[in-house]
Amino acid sequence: MAWVNAIIQGVLTGGLYALFACGLSLMFGVMKVVNLAHGDLAVVAGYIAIGVITVTHIPVLWSFLIVVPVMAALGYVLQRTIIQGALDRGVLTTLMVTFGLSVVIENGLLQFFSANSRGIGVGLSLITASFSIGSQIQIAYLLVLIFAVAVLVLLGLQFFLSKSKFGRLIRASADDPEATQLAGADYRHVFGIAAALAFATVALGGIAYGMYSQLSPTTGTDTILLFAFAAVVIGGLGSLWGTLLGGVVLGVAQQIGAQINISDEVLAGYIVFLAVLVLRPQGLIGRRAQS
Amino acid sequence: MSTIAQTVAPYAADFRVTRSRRSVVWTGAGALLVVVVLAYFPYIVHSGTTAILVQAFIVLTLASMWNLLAGYAGLVSVGQQAFVGLGGYFVLILGLHGLSPFAALPISAIGCGVAALPLWWLVSRLRSGYFAIATWVMAATVMLIIEKFSSIGGGTGMPLPGLAGYGPTLLAADTYWAGLAVTVLALLGIYLLLRGRLGLVLTAIRDDEVAARSSGARIGLARLLVFVVAGVGCGAAGAVLAISQLQVQPSAVFSINWTAEMAFATIIGGLGTIEGPIIGTIVYMVLQQTLQSYNAWYLIILGLVAITVALFARRGLWGLVDDRLNVRLFPVGYYLRPQVAGRSSDGKDA
Repeated sequence: MAWVNAIIQGVLTGGLYALFACGLSLMFGVMKVVNLAHGDLAVVAGYIAIGVITVTHIPVLWSFLIVVPVMAALGYVLQRTIIQGALDRGVLTTLMVTFGLSVVIENGLLQFFSANSRGIGVGLSLITASFSIGSQIQIAYLLVLIFAVAVLVLLGLQFFLSKSKFGRLIRASADDPEATQLAGADYRHVFGIAAALAFATVALGGIAYGMYSQLSPTTGTDTILLFAFAAVVIGGLGSLWGTLLGGVVLGVAQQIGAQINISDEVLAGYIVFLAVLVLRPQGLIGRRAQS
Repeated sequence: MSTIAQTVAPYAADFRVTRSRRSVVWTGAGALLVVVVLAYFPYIVHSGTTAILVQAFIVLTLASMWNLLAGYAGLVSVGQQAFVGLGGYFVLILGLHGLSPFAALPISAIGCGVAALPLWWLVSRLRSGYFAIATWVMAATVMLIIEKFSSIGGGTGMPLPGLAGYGPTLLAADTYWAGLAVTVLALLGIYLLLRGRLGLVLTAIRDDEVAARSSGARIGLARLLVFVVAGVGCGAAGAVLAISQLQVQPSAVFSINWTAEMAFATIIGGLGTIEGPIIGTIVYMVLQQTLQSYNAWYLIILGLVAITVALFARRGLWGLVDDRLNVRLFPVGYYLRPQVAGRSSDGKDA
């Protein structure tokens, strides 16, 4: 029964990892930018949420109404300035610049908010409440909620990118920015919007993690960036549903690892990641022939 | 159609191919003098000063290796702390088996080179951005595995054995010389590497990967070699780090800050030149020493400077110097020098 419980918990945390991963996947898919500051920005979002809740006393769950637009705006501005500037100079520059951002943000948080970890959501019944199946399986409402949000975000992104007019513009700009420009669309603006979308999901991921666990300045890279990346690779590069599958596989692997030995949780996830990298480098449902 | 050789042949007598516009002998002599003076330092300066210089040697070695990876082979690795940590741990393991840390240092460095082979096999499956994060996961995984062995200190680490017999002065001096030797060998090794055939391939990759590939350059092999060399270099630096700190602690030796420091020093100094990391290390040490009482500020400022340089002065501080003076301390390219007066020479150093 303990194993069934581990698998259920794993599947549900997988939703959280998919939420981390879809922004990373989107930025890479559209702009070919691997944003190494991805996780640190999620922590920033979580910290903003904590600040907003403390100052305005709005209900914890509604903090996203403020944090998501703020992060989306930050995403647009960062894309139009630093990230686009780096893109114009080549892939290596984007890596160096986003890595620089990551280190600056992490140490900035350390400097201003200390290394203490902090969580979101004191005193909200949803966060501690759970329902049980049988005697040993307890499922927290919060994890179910996060999973549902992740699925909704992925569905929304999928629909937006494949069906809407602007989604088509984003895909066109991803395929060939110059041609899109010639056809009359400003691809830099389109990239800005795509980054805003990605940062909105980053904000949701940061808030969700802050509710589920604790945020500290190093959470951004230790946990969020690396888990997001592992989920992307396990699922398959460039596939949104692969990202969800990757997140679920990573979550289950971690929970099973924790079941064997509590200190092996993270390692078990990475071992599955490395196994996928060796046996199926294109990911579980990715296409072959990645360049 | 005539080949390049046929086209150039009539002019062959007019030009001479050299490594540098100026004589290399003087830079060589200058470098030798600097090394000799540095080697004499433990006799004339305080051990506090040599400790700071050991730190500079570690950063310079790391930065030079990162420059080889990112500046030449186009591999942005953010997981080099894996090798820093492994270097430290190999010294610890050999020390537990009774070997002196100084004797263990070269063995550890080679061990890191060997460890680089399977790690390359894993991470080389991904390209550019995803390669970068894969190396990061690699470093995290290596640390998690090391922490599982309680006989080498588990998650808390342990002091380095085999240094009990040393007096403090002698230990400081020996550590300093070990650091100096590692740095000199690293720079010399990179210089010779870049002068050779591999250097030509790497320079071609640096300038245009697609063109290099279509010219038949064996890019995969060149990258593997660079990854192994960088593993050896970072491992040696990690061994020096362990000796200078007298202990090995997983969260310290496997810290991402090592990669941040080597990357920032290289970017600020100038990617793709041997001189760049040297300049970058000087900038790094000055900032670190002036801001050391303000905790993490030196990394924040260093990061901001690195971002600015990466965006607005891509060839770094050395690039700015080079643009104006056109000098090379370590010439690895070629110049065409005119033999006949009146013929212009527009040779560019590669």
